[in-house]
Amino acid sequence: MKTHDVIVIGAGHNGLTAAAYLARAGLDVLVVERNPYIGGATVSRELHPGFTYSNCSYVSSLMRPEIMRDLDLPKYGLQVTPYNGGLTMTRDGDYLASYNDHDMNRRELARHSLRDAESYDRYSAEIMRQCRFIRPMLMKAPPDPASLRPRDLRGLLQMGRAFRDLGEAGMYDTIRFWTMSIADFLDQYFETELVKAHFAGSSIIGTGLGPRSPGSAYVLLHHYMGEVDGTIGAWGFARGGMGAISRSLAGALQAAGGEIRADAPVAHIIVNKGTAVGVALESGEEIRARAVVSNMDFKRTFLNAMDPRDLPKDFLKAARNFKIRGSSGKLNIALDGMPTFRGVPADCPALQGDLHVTDTIEDFERAYDDWKNGMWSRRPYVDLMIPSQLDPTMAPPGKHYMSIFVQYVPPKLADGPWTPEKRDAFGKTVIDMLSEYSPDLKDLILHMEVRTPHELEEEIGLTEGNIFQGELTMDQIMFNRPTPGYAQYRMPVKHLYMCGSSTHPGGGVMGAPGANAAREIIADMRAGRKA
Amino acid sequence: MTTKPLYQTPLLETPFHARTAPLNRVNEWSRWAGYATVDCFTDLPGEYFAIRHAATLFDVSPMVKYRIAGTDAERYMNRLLTRDVRKLKQGRVAYAIWCNDDGKVLDDGTVFRLGASEFLLNAQERHLAWLQDSAPGYDVTVEDVSESIAGLALQGPLSCTVLKAMELDGIADLKPFGIAEFDVAGTPLTVSRTGFTGDLGYELWIDPARALDLWDRLMEAGALHRLTPIGSQALNLARIEAGFIQTNADFVAADHAVRPTRQRSPFELGLDWLVDFDKGHFVGRRALLRERETGSRYRLVGLDIEGRKPAHDALIYHGKSRQVGMVTSAMWSPTAKRNIALATLDAAAADKAGGLWAEIYVNKEMKWEKTAARCRIVARPFFDPPRRRATPAPDY
Repeated sequence: MKTHDVIVIGAGHNGLTAAAYLARAGLDVLVVERNPYIGGATVSRELHPGFTYSNCSYVSSLMRPEIMRDLDLPKYGLQVTPYNGGLTMTRDGDYLASYNDHDMNRRELARHSLRDAESYDRYSAEIMRQCRFIRPMLMKAPPDPASLRPRDLRGLLQMGRAFRDLGEAGMYDTIRFWTMSIADFLDQYFETELVKAHFAGSSIIGTGLGPRSPGSAYVLLHHYMGEVDGTIGAWGFARGGMGAISRSLAGALQAAGGEIRADAPVAHIIVNKGTAVGVALESGEEIRARAVVSNMDFKRTFLNAMDPRDLPKDFLKAARNFKIRGSSGKLNIALDGMPTFRGVPADCPALQGDLHVTDTIEDFERAYDDWKNGMWSRRPYVDLMIPSQLDPTMAPPGKHYMSIFVQYVPPKLADGPWTPEKRDAFGKTVIDMLSEYSPDLKDLILHMEVRTPHELEEEIGLTEGNIFQGELTMDQIMFNRPTPGYAQYRMPVKHLYMCGSSTHPGGGVMGAPGANAAREIIADMRAGRKA
Repeated sequence: MTTKPLYQTPLLETPFHARTAPLNRVNEWSRWAGYATVDCFTDLPGEYFAIRHAATLFDVSPMVKYRIAGTDAERYMNRLLTRDVRKLKQGRVAYAIWCNDDGKVLDDGTVFRLGASEFLLNAQERHLAWLQDSAPGYDVTVEDVSESIAGLALQGPLSCTVLKAMELDGIADLKPFGIAEFDVAGTPLTVSRTGFTGDLGYELWIDPARALDLWDRLMEAGALHRLTPIGSQALNLARIEAGFIQTNADFVAADHAVRPTRQRSPFELGLDWLVDFDKGHFVGRRALLRERETGSRYRLVGLDIEGRKPAHDALIYHGKSRQVGMVTSAMWSPTAKRNIALATLDAAAADKAGGLWAEIYVNKEMKWEKTAARCRIVARPFFDPPRRRATPAPDY
């Protein structure tokens, strides 16, 4: 029987990234994917004729430019277009827009508060300071503070220097920033409720935190540390939908000789004498490899795909206790035309960006309360986009594709399991609320896909439907991700690695976990060959 | 309309000015051949990305244009250009350069063969005197028709879709470098599948009196197809990605160069493929034959530079110590996701494999820093989508 060098479980963007780097290093790589299509949550599918959805993830910023360049992704079809700002509509028919043009942006803020318009530049500078601090850590395995190995000491020293370079006030601010709530952080800068609500959204997307929960400020940073072509914090659309990212990664992988097998769900990882030696498919087929890399999340890898007797007791407990709370849903809609929005002129360029209707911090917190009580938010936070305004490939001319990310939606409902009826009722809640802001929306709907954490778990395999493969809180990031001692992608079973968003630097369509994991695996394989 | 004295209107307005001016919301203009040209309408990234994702309009009216006609037109053009003009069929366009007697490039441009004995020469610089001085002995007339033809570049993956929406029959079958004539509400419209973006695209030529009508028809046809007017900044980014050189940006027009060492031959600009020694005599032939024997001094190359900082005005070193050239155009390419540049190098350094470094100057919050970045000579274009050549042209 053939033995591959590496088997990667899961053709999500991180699995494909890891596989492409491994294949380019000359290794024989096989990716096995449970679905008949690749991409995991970085996927585009045509569910209504002529329309392409970004079914799960929907915008790109975090995907590391180093990876695009190393793997030559544009050659395999990747194009990312940045979009222009965004806006929050208010219940009384006004709106607050963000624009890329600095002067326009300032004047728009000044329309609501002259003071907040000035504060915005200071707020931006502080976010940039934090970005400068964290960005160099993204494409590195996080150093282990309890280790005395030279590479860890070196890494810690680099971090220490970067920290010291923030200056005395900067160091205090940074520690506070990484632990505080976004509501407290925004209170330091802004006086207007609407302005605070406008900026707070990024701090709760995908997380089981509210804007007043400590740690939510970091989640905002996680959404700002990306870039499009050097513009830090900018977001864009992948031409052809997010699936274009996966397709380009697959193209790079295949060009380097790697292989992908779709429709090949893994039943379990085969361990022999404390060493991972391959995978058993649900079909009963066994495939052997010198190393196994899991793109599945922490829980799924160790609680579903392995024999607990092969794992250390404390490690198993850590996997069980890993926080991976699903908190979001998604609506994908084919529209017969461009909807209008109350109070927003049809030619406002901010309509090409992310649209919101949550206009106070209080509303966020109430939406969060519903989630804690085991129900979807009665007035949820939405991150609504119409990417077909810029991307002609997603909908026929004159028609549009609308993507609505919805927060908060619980993985388990207080009144029993999710059912198709409850899923549809959840979709109706969102559309009813949005119809207050967009009266013609309902009439334009040609087709709608509604996804709750239940669908995300069933279809994509994300435990509890958590889009980040685990909460991005201090106890679960950097050297704590997925759990202390195992942050450098090697798992307690020999020749077993993780490469997904459950590892550093976490979720989002970033590719960094995959690239970082590949680097460690290649180093191990080379060391193994020498030995 | 009364004509104002020229000192009250230092810059001319193009035939599309009445449409472009109100759209130029940030009022950014630059000069092109004496005309006010839009630099950027509102949003540079938006305009740039429209070239690569949608469809764009750029006013090319200021282009210098000469009509060359007469029974000897083909022989005359063949004498002036380094290419074999006899191979250029009617209804076709060719990219071309022309040189002085020393074999140094005067300009580059496009030649349209409109008839058996009629050509249109589009240029960056003005050449009427040179063209007329070359005419004795040939039965040709040379006429500056710059002001009697208005031009619009319609470029991007949706450009054919826009023309189809304007009901230009058979436009999708027009091949690259082909010319087609249409009738738009009684006005002749010439469409060439040409452009400066390296993407699918067309250039539209019309009587200036009908220019605004053409603009309005295009904008209407393009309303559902994201048709976006763009300024010269966005266009310049696309042309660098396409690997196209520009006169007086990447080299100095030979007849304007004060210092003889600044003049460049076709070989030194990487345009060897445009020189046809087999076609008989042409201006500069002897000098170019000599250069082919003795070797060229410089090479114009495409560079892929590590890191993300655009290498504007960077000096290029070999082995980090010896200066061997300079960058003339540079950018971070949002489409190729590479840090690209056009550079002129000493021929000897360019022919050696490797060892090239760019010294890049970066202003980091009011502090200039220089970094050395490794660079690699790569083939141009930096971005080359299949749709550029596909016939019939794709819908997007």
